[in-house]
Parts: sequence; structure tokens; C-alpha cells
Amino acid sequence: MSVLIYAENAGGKFKKSTFEAVSYAKAIAAQNNTNLIAISIGNVAADELAALGKYGAEKVLNVSNDKLKNFVNQAYASVIAEAAKVNGADIVVLSNSFSGRGLAPRLGVKLQAGVADGAVALPEQNGSKFTVKKTAFSGKAFAVVELTSANKVIALTPNSYKVVEGGAAAQVEDFNVEAKASDFKEMIKDIVRSTDKVSLPDAEIVVSAGRGLKGPENWGMIEELADLLGAATACSKPVSDAGWRPHSEHVGQTGIAVSPNLYIAIGISGAIQHLAGVSSSKVIVVINKDAEAPFFKVADYGIVGDAFEVVPKLIAAIKEHKTLA
Amino acid sequence: MMKILVCISNVPDTTTKITFTDNNTQFNTNGVQFILNPYDEIALARAIELTDGGKGSVTVINVGEVNTEATIRKALAIGATDAVRINAKPHDAWHVAYQVAEYVKANPFDLILTGRESIDYNGSKVAGMLGELLDIPSVSIIKKLDAADTEATVEREIEGGKEVITIPFPFVAGCAEGVAEPKIPNMRGIMSARTKPLAVVEPVEVQTLSEIISYETPAPRGQVNLVSADDPAKLVELLHTQARVI
Repeated sequence: MSVLIYAENAGGKFKKSTFEAVSYAKAIAAQNNTNLIAISIGNVAADELAALGKYGAEKVLNVSNDKLKNFVNQAYASVIAEAAKVNGADIVVLSNSFSGRGLAPRLGVKLQAGVADGAVALPEQNGSKFTVKKTAFSGKAFAVVELTSANKVIALTPNSYKVVEGGAAAQVEDFNVEAKASDFKEMIKDIVRSTDKVSLPDAEIVVSAGRGLKGPENWGMIEELADLLGAATACSKPVSDAGWRPHSEHVGQTGIAVSPNLYIAIGISGAIQHLAGVSSSKVIVVINKDAEAPFFKVADYGIVGDAFEVVPKLIAAIKEHKTLA
Repeated sequence: MMKILVCISNVPDTTTKITFTDNNTQFNTNGVQFILNPYDEIALARAIELTDGGKGSVTVINVGEVNTEATIRKALAIGATDAVRINAKPHDAWHVAYQVAEYVKANPFDLILTGRESIDYNGSKVAGMLGELLDIPSVSIIKKLDAADTEATVEREIEGGKEVITIPFPFVAGCAEGVAEPKIPNMRGIMSARTKPLAVVEPVEVQTLSEIISYETPAPRGQVNLVSADDPAKLVELLHTQARVI
């Protein structure tokens, strides 16, 4: 047996969520006294591949087939399942990213494996009992899932496991698979990826604003605050419903669930649906002029005040802090 | 004539406070209002738009016991043509996907839509599992869906952007916000929903691969530390030295 980690890249570069997943998979391999093999698909530089060793991968399988340069869900799932079979991997780990959510269920079926998606902690193993804690009810709770199958697929929630460094460079091998034509029915026409902005699910800091901002023209200070902190911007449901901000920024039960180190909520009252999406944030800061806003009940830090006065002062204070640091 | 299947799920209302019973092993459904999963409403709305004006039909399918029929009727009231209920308590995504795949093998569709995830177990797995079981493409989270004669163009969500993909029918897609605006049933829809066909199909045996053994609720947070509105610098200092997040 062994553990296989799918090391996802975005435009040829590995992301922090990939390093988290490799570190997590290494800890699972250690629990089972076995080795960790990584698989990378696409065009990633040789030194980047070898650097996965730093996070615990002993061997990296590199699939650089031209047809697989960009993500094709069916084909990628076939390649990863093949790598698991060839290497006798009974546990496959990946990040619960947008692509990971496409791959994990297909891998589950291919490998006849139980799938724990949205895992937030290392598995607990007790004899043959293998359980994983995952998010449920859109962040309002966690479920402990037992994977009763021999093979297992685990998709790790970004920002829920710390990157662990320390290993040596990994050995990189080419892995060639004959790709089935029927796996390539979909055709990518265009990829739009903003490289200058932090993506919301991966962000360590999120600056989020709600109806208290009064209109889309007032988001300049939110973006400035986010830029200063290296944060992603987000919003509440009424804001995206009104078209002030794109749906991809909507955080909450029917939008995106996030688990950053710091979530700053500005002018958001804190409806239960919104709170569900942010409950696994490590630190929550709330700025709201209504002292009775429900968001203060789940906040770690708060300022009762008008966003239009507090945020500019906060921006100035952070600039000051940065010049001192 | 385009035949679309929309997989629907019966979930706790978004305002539900989630609690558990039996030593945290069972979800407490006492007093909980169940609704059509909000993402499935988006999928259903788009399916109705795509088949509007006699261009096709929309079947909704649910794996559930008889108590889910109110939710199924809601989908019919919104505008689905007919409905199928597979008479089983859903065990997990694999169990649900397997049941639906068996039905689709005997009753083919051009397009299968699901919500991006259900708001109870948040798996976003049914679309991918169905795709694999039927050996057709699947896209887990789409933000836009346009259909032509033999293929569709979808926008797939990726971190910090999107991919535009064309896919030939049949395929499976999980719909998110942006695909369509949910539709509110009108009186005529509500009246006609009562008489639209709702077929009940018995389930097939499925091997169990996973089991939920217990639940936990997030640890409560301590008292909020309030900082004066005149002194945001104090907040910056606390975030730096105490919380250590900036």
C-alpha cells in the first residue's frame, strides 16, 4: 500500500493549497508507515516538481502529455486512478478545490472508494476503522465519516491543514498513460485567471462587505484595505444578488464557504446563512454601526461604528503599522 | 426535443439552527422545515428556460422517502414536466448517484443537471459520480450554461477566474449562482403540479462505501473584544500581537 497525492497546479505553478494537501497526505502516509507518491499533470518545471519533496513526497510522477496540459476532468481522473492502481495506492488525497471537487467523485467510482470531501483534520485510524472529519451543513457543523471501503479518497479543505516543510528533494519520474479518446469530449475554449488577485477559497485573509456599504461605488476602500492586507474581497448575498459584486464573491451558505486566518466583515449584519460560510475562520473581525448586529456574537474583535469613518482610519493604521514593521 | 433530467435534494431550510440527537449521531429534524435545495432550484430554472416553448421536457428525480414529495411537487409547480422518486432513504452521494445512474441507463437524457452541492452534506459529488457511472463528461461547478443543437457551452468556476468549455451532449453539470435566477411558482403552476406525473421507482442494492458515525458543532467563540471606533490602530495592534494574523 501507499498514499497518492494529486498535486494540482494553476497555470504551471503549485499553490499553497497543494502544499497543504501534500503535507496532509505525508502525515497520513506516516500514520500507515508507508510512502507518499505525488502525481502532477500539466507543464510544471522540474525543480518545482522536485520541491514537492520538501513537503513529504518521496517520488513525483510527472504527466506532461500535451493533451493533458489543461484540466480535462474525465481524462485527469483516469490518469490519477491509473497511477493509484500501478503504484498500489489505496488512499488518494487531493485538495477540495474547484478541480478537486470534479475529480474526487469520479475517482471514488473508479476505485470503488468511499470519498471524504471537505476534510478538515487528519483521519483517525483505530484498527480497521478509518474516520475523517469533514464540513457539513454548510459550515454549521462537522460530520465524522467512516470510509468502510478498502480504497479511500480524501479531499482536503484549503486553509485547514498547515504546510509542513522538512523533506529532501523528491525523485521525479515521467509517468506515461495512454489517454482514452472518449475521455476528451470536452474542449476548453478560454481560460480567464486573474493573476494579480488572491483567490477567495485560498485566501488567508478575507475582507468582506455587505449592504452597509450602500452601493457598489463605495467598494474602493474595501479593495484598498484588501490590497494592503494581501486579502481577497468577498461580499454578502444581498450584495451579489443586487449585482453590486460578482456571485463568485458571495460568501455564505448558498455561496462559498471560506476558512481564512482572518475574516473582516464590514457592514454585514450576520444572517445565519452568512455565518455558516465563515464559521471556520480562525479570527473574525466585525465592523458595523449597529451594536446589536448578530455578527458581533460570533466575532473575536469588533468595532461599533460607521464603516465610512472606521475603514479609512483602519487603512491609515495599517499603513502606519506596515511602515513600522 | 431536448430531454433534461434535474436531480433534486430535500434539505433543511437555510435558516435552520443545526442540532443533533442520540449522542450526536443523528441530525435533529424536529421542527425543521425542509426545502428544495437552493442550488437545485437554479438548475431547475435553467432547465425550464432551455426547454421553454415546447423545445423539450424537464424531469426531476429525487432519491427519498415519501416525505420528500412536497419538495418534488414544488419542483413540478415551478415548471418541471414530470417527476421520479426513487423510494429510498439517501445514504450518501454514492448511493444517490448509483440509483439515479441506474434510472438513466434505462431512460436516457440529453443533459443531466444537479445543484453544485446540497446545503446539508455539501459533497458536490453526485454530478461527478453520475458522469463516471454513465461514462459521460461532468463539470462540477458551472456559472453559465448555453445550449446549441449538439453541444453546450459552460463556464466552469476556477480559483480566481473561469474556464469556458464546450461539451457535447449528454453530460452532467452542477449548477451554481449565475446559471439562472430561481423561479417562483405561479398559481397555475401550483394547481397543475397536483396532477403532473410522479413515478415511484424501487431502489437497487448498492454496496456501502461510507458511513456518517457522528456530528460535531463548531466550538463557540469567546466574548467579542470591542475596540473604540476612534482607535482602529488598537485593532491593528491586537491583530498583530494577540491574534497574530497580520
